[in-house]
Amino acid sequence: MSDFLQTLTSRLPSLGDAILVTLELTLGGAVLAMALALLLGFGARTRSLWVRGPSRVFIEFFRGTSLVVQIFWIFYVLPVFGFKMEALAVGIVALGLNFGAYGAEVVRGSVASVPASQWEATIALNMSWFHRVRRVIFPQAWALMIPMLTNLLIQLLKGSALAYYITLHDVNFWTTQLRRATSETVYSFTAGLLVYFVIAYLLTWGMNALEERAKRRLGRGTRPSLRDVVGLRPAVGTAAITGRGTAA
Amino acid sequence: MTENGIWNWEHAWEVLPDLLEGLVVTIEATVVGMAIASILGLFIALAMRSPSRWVTIPLRFVVDFIRMTPLLVQLVFVWLLFSTIPTLVVGFTVLGVHYATYMSEVYRAGIEAVPKGQWEAATALNLPKSRTWRAVILPQAVRNTLPGLGNYAISMFKETPFLFAISVVEMYTKAQQYGALTFSYIEPLTLVGLLFLLVSYPTSLLVRRMEIRLA
Repeated sequence: MSDFLQTLTSRLPSLGDAILVTLELTLGGAVLAMALALLLGFGARTRSLWVRGPSRVFIEFFRGTSLVVQIFWIFYVLPVFGFKMEALAVGIVALGLNFGAYGAEVVRGSVASVPASQWEATIALNMSWFHRVRRVIFPQAWALMIPMLTNLLIQLLKGSALAYYITLHDVNFWTTQLRRATSETVYSFTAGLLVYFVIAYLLTWGMNALEERAKRRLGRGTRPSLRDVVGLRPAVGTAAITGRGTAA
Repeated sequence: MTENGIWNWEHAWEVLPDLLEGLVVTIEATVVGMAIASILGLFIALAMRSPSRWVTIPLRFVVDFIRMTPLLVQLVFVWLLFSTIPTLVVGFTVLGVHYATYMSEVYRAGIEAVPKGQWEAATALNLPKSRTWRAVILPQAVRNTLPGLGNYAISMFKETPFLFAISVVEMYTKAQQYGALTFSYIEPLTLVGLLFLLVSYPTSLLVRRMEIRLA
């Protein structure tokens, strides 16, 4: 055990690099996935078949073929067609495409759950499509979709462990190296899994904060905001009576 | 690359029987894994309802830990730890336990969705606790969980290729082996992807129909 701890401390700097790679994959993949999810999610809702059709095909294709197959396909097969990418880019693109397709369904579903009267009201107010979505529809859909997006984000983080098999030095790689150096299977893998767990926990935490913020902006907050607690301005209106946070 | 372009049909036909053989293992893994997940998941969901914090808090931690850490790392971990147990057993069990943590949430939601009146009626009829669960609550709860079970079965099916890491020869490993042998990855990898789509898309349509009919 003490030998193990010694090796572990000597390998802490490389753990920093490994976490960085895992975070790059996770956050890079998440940003790409979110952009795709918005594009495809709204695309799958349009009336035009020329937009809806390709969006649906794209979504079902990347949901239906496994992430493992996609990542290795991009890594091994795409260079044959002349697209050679760095391993990190391969990881980000594969994770982004796969989870973008899953996210698109979340976006589509959440936008569909915004009451139709909200759309009607924006039409009555003669807002442009972009204005409607940005100011009225999306803020409501966003609060609905965050819990599901959190699940996807954690799955994305877990999927990023595949990066080790396309030569990247992520946390999974670090774990196997630690085991090789110490030949302590239990300790090494417990350490590696704990690192993943802490990252996942922090991500969930951040997403919960985002959800709380999104809800508060709709006037549906369940906790007082930090500003309400620390600030000098007294809470007014229903917030003071019900103890709920005020609308920002 | 060969003279007739990038895609070689000969390779494709040659590898297809191997892939179908792998597909059988993949489906086996999904069925066995899902059986473990749905039984263990139910027990986790029931144990989480225990009034004692000494049960629920440690269990919550274990479940969260399994759910929030990569299946891939867990597979390799357990595989290295129990090198005497056959790989197939390790793979199926880890898959099952990982998904049991997801399934327990599905069961929890399913049990909570059973109307309160059902509990009250069982109390009024003086049914013993075990009978209440077996004859009243679970039959209704399980009905609520079927779509969730279907969705997780599909997502487990698509995660079985992770078994390549512990050298279980399922569909993806077959493709990888063929690629390593012949240096042509394009046909086997593309076919594996298409086979996944071919099985998972119709299944997901079925689950969606079931969801609508049960709703």
